[in-house]
Amino acid sequence: MNASSAPDVTVIGAGLVGAATALRLAETGLHVLLVDADFAGGGSTGAAMGHIVAMDDSPVQLALCADSRRRWDILSESLPAAAECDRCGTLWLAANDDELATAAQRVSGYTAQGIHAEVLGELELQGVEPHLAPGLAGALLVPGDLVVYPPTIARELVERAVALGARLREHAVVSALGPREVRFRDGTRLATGAVVIAAGVASADLVPGLPIVPRKGHLVITDRQPGLVRHQLVELGYLQSAHTFGAASVAFNVQPRRTGQLLIGSSRELVGLDPSINRPLLARMLTRAQQFIPRLRDARAVRTWTGFRPTTPDKLPLIGRWPSLPDLWIAAGHEGLGITMAPGTAELIVAGILGQMPAVDPAPFRPDRPMPQLESEAA
Amino acid sequence: MSDSDVTVSVDGVPRRVPASATVAAALLQLGVTTFRRDLSGQARGPVCGMGTCFECRVTIDGQPEMRACLVPVREGMRVETDL
Amino acid sequence: MSERRRVDIVVVGAGPAGLAAAAAAAARGRRVLVIDQGLRPGGQVWRHQSEAELPARARTLMVRARNAGATFAAEARVVDINSAHELIVDFRGRIAPVGTESIVLATGARERFLPFPGWTLPGVMGVGGLQALYKSGLRMTGKRIVIGGTGPLLLPVAAALAHAGADVRFVAEQAGAAALLRFGASLGFSPAKLLEGARYRGAFLSTPYRTNSWIVAAAGEGRLRSVTVQTGKRQVEFDCDFAAAAMGLVPNAELAQLLGCVMQDDAIGVGALQETSVAGVFAAGECTGVKGDDAGIAEGEIAGAAAAGDLRAARHAALVSRRDAGRRFGARLATTFAPRREVLTLAAPDTILCRCEDVACGAIQPEWSQRQAKLWTRVGMGVCQGAVCGPACSAMFGWQGNAVRPPLHSPAVGGWSESLTHEG
Repeated sequence: MNASSAPDVTVIGAGLVGAATALRLAETGLHVLLVDADFAGGGSTGAAMGHIVAMDDSPVQLALCADSRRRWDILSESLPAAAECDRCGTLWLAANDDELATAAQRVSGYTAQGIHAEVLGELELQGVEPHLAPGLAGALLVPGDLVVYPPTIARELVERAVALGARLREHAVVSALGPREVRFRDGTRLATGAVVIAAGVASADLVPGLPIVPRKGHLVITDRQPGLVRHQLVELGYLQSAHTFGAASVAFNVQPRRTGQLLIGSSRELVGLDPSINRPLLARMLTRAQQFIPRLRDARAVRTWTGFRPTTPDKLPLIGRWPSLPDLWIAAGHEGLGITMAPGTAELIVAGILGQMPAVDPAPFRPDRPMPQLESEAA
Repeated sequence: MSDSDVTVSVDGVPRRVPASATVAAALLQLGVTTFRRDLSGQARGPVCGMGTCFECRVTIDGQPEMRACLVPVREGMRVETDL
Repeated sequence: MSERRRVDIVVVGAGPAGLAAAAAAAARGRRVLVIDQGLRPGGQVWRHQSEAELPARARTLMVRARNAGATFAAEARVVDINSAHELIVDFRGRIAPVGTESIVLATGARERFLPFPGWTLPGVMGVGGLQALYKSGLRMTGKRIVIGGTGPLLLPVAAALAHAGADVRFVAEQAGAAALLRFGASLGFSPAKLLEGARYRGAFLSTPYRTNSWIVAAAGEGRLRSVTVQTGKRQVEFDCDFAAAAMGLVPNAELAQLLGCVMQDDAIGVGALQETSVAGVFAAGECTGVKGDDAGIAEGEIAGAAAAGDLRAARHAALVSRRDAGRRFGARLATTFAPRREVLTLAAPDTILCRCEDVACGAIQPEWSQRQAKLWTRVGMGVCQGAVCGPACSAMFGWQGNAVRPPLHSPAVGGWSESLTHEG
């Protein structure tokens, strides 16, 4: 492709979803232009926890997670060390017997998707995570989940796409879309075949009416605490927090990094794009974390940051055509599962653009599907 | 000005050091130059002398990651470096 | 739940400026708490093990502050804020909120380290760093030292170490002779400084002190063995036990940024009363621009008086004049001793840039933004949070500096979270 010919596909957004999509498109031989307002992985990808998790809030969600996680298994084998891939698994913690019973019921759903999951009782749980506070009823273990460092992976996937002939335009802000045309803020216009919007929280700026709002989260990284935590630990109540739209919420979520440092999350609030630290919410998040791991009390907090999850009213991503313009595709709105679902999303976009059989039923992810009304401020 | 000495153990070996010294100065005075090792195993030692650079980290009385330049020596203190 | 202390004024930093502010405010009847991470007051320039070592004016100031009733918290550091009226302080590991009407930031400055091959070898330290370790108990007798840096700190440090018995083999000043002559001429306005320079030089006439000179590399196996110095057109190697290598000072402005203070270049921006852009927050000393402790004391007096509400005293002509002279001196310092291009380009691709995360200079592409480099390589993301590599990256790549986020100084999760404001 010479510098002036129109690309077959322009992908807007070089976070993990956009980078994975651009690479898959380039692998099929299509001429791809990848555009980012800043640099690859500089948006939500750069703030993300990097937890590759088979999440089963719904069978549809689990289907895409499962497909995507299998692709991560293959991808992780060729990623550089800077990607920090670690198959530490996830433990979904049950505070009481009811939660444990609910967890047990989820095993069959996982099994149906080819995801190994098993229930651990109280003593078994203490055996595999000795520093958890006593009193938990048990946990659901999903041993095949991974932890990765997303920004370097976005960079790597972009470099692979470019090596296959994709073009990259960084520090280029798209201001509007026309019919098979991308308009930049600097006034230039570019003719293109298809357009894929993978711009995360900025997607709604480009596509009026796209039902994506940013949901802010806090993360804290600690100093080295070797052996304190072995799996990604998430309370089953996390699903509740992720589910509720209204008031700010926290849910226990701790990740061990290869260095021995711990990533402590999670929080959710709807405050637009204000990146400042919300100290009362941070306090709640840290307090909750210490309830599950008392020894966190003495770990040193090195740094705090915030990030924005692109969120849709029904918690499923938008993957597919958007009817306002011809050949306009959306690959955005993954809430806290953007990293997990990136490879599976890329596959669905490629299948859609090429008219091929998709690996996962794309119907539930139709971007223009009817959406529930956003829940009002919860009590 | 003469200085009374105290005994601290450095990597298991009892050593006499000036009572008014910081752990960092005392270790350097003893000829210890490796305080910690970096990710590739290279030796590191004190640089800034004021608690900013974190290169002087050693384990003191079982507490890891202590900045030796900020801690005064004490009789009976146990210091462990990354040798 | 941690108890909450209340004072009128918190002074952060017990160096010359902080002590002056504390004395001025306490003398006017305010309840003053001085917070410093050192074992004793004095900051860097007045670091001491016994007060007998201190210059008279330092002792005087400490006595004034104590007698006026200021309280000192040693080994304490501000780790976060709930607002400009509530600091979260780590008192030797016990973390508690401190309520206050006003704050005087006297957080001083730290050294600017520029990477060169071998700079991470044990034995290579800062200029102030080596002096600090000497003052903390490292004996200098018979130690072979090479000093490579810039600015007025070089000669006093060399003299002090020589006086303590070190064999100071070379003092390399990277600034050019012409620039130094102009600087010296401008000191014609300050005869005291000229005399000071001459006295220092006299202390060790046999040691070569050369302008247009800098350390280009350090060598050794697991520890420093020798350095190579570029001096004029020649390169000379010196065997040595310690190398003091740092290029000037940069203000410590992290707490100021956490408070939301507007910066001026790399320093805290202040007005005529040493007020920052945040109501109730003042700043004095090197953190408002490196200019020496004379001016820092004047600034501290002004800030302390202003914070205590005595604006007439804060506008006192003699103080203002000393402060203004200090600012002018600081501006001349900045231009005379700015790191030259050669010392910004000494590093090889495999020279470590970020010491905490082992990121080599070659891992950074010069056209990257700071955030890009940070996310892709972890530069500045280690335990020192960019305190060392930040100024280097700023000088080498023009980066503005990390966005400052809490907490500072890595407090324990438990104590910090308990002190954070909880929702009412």
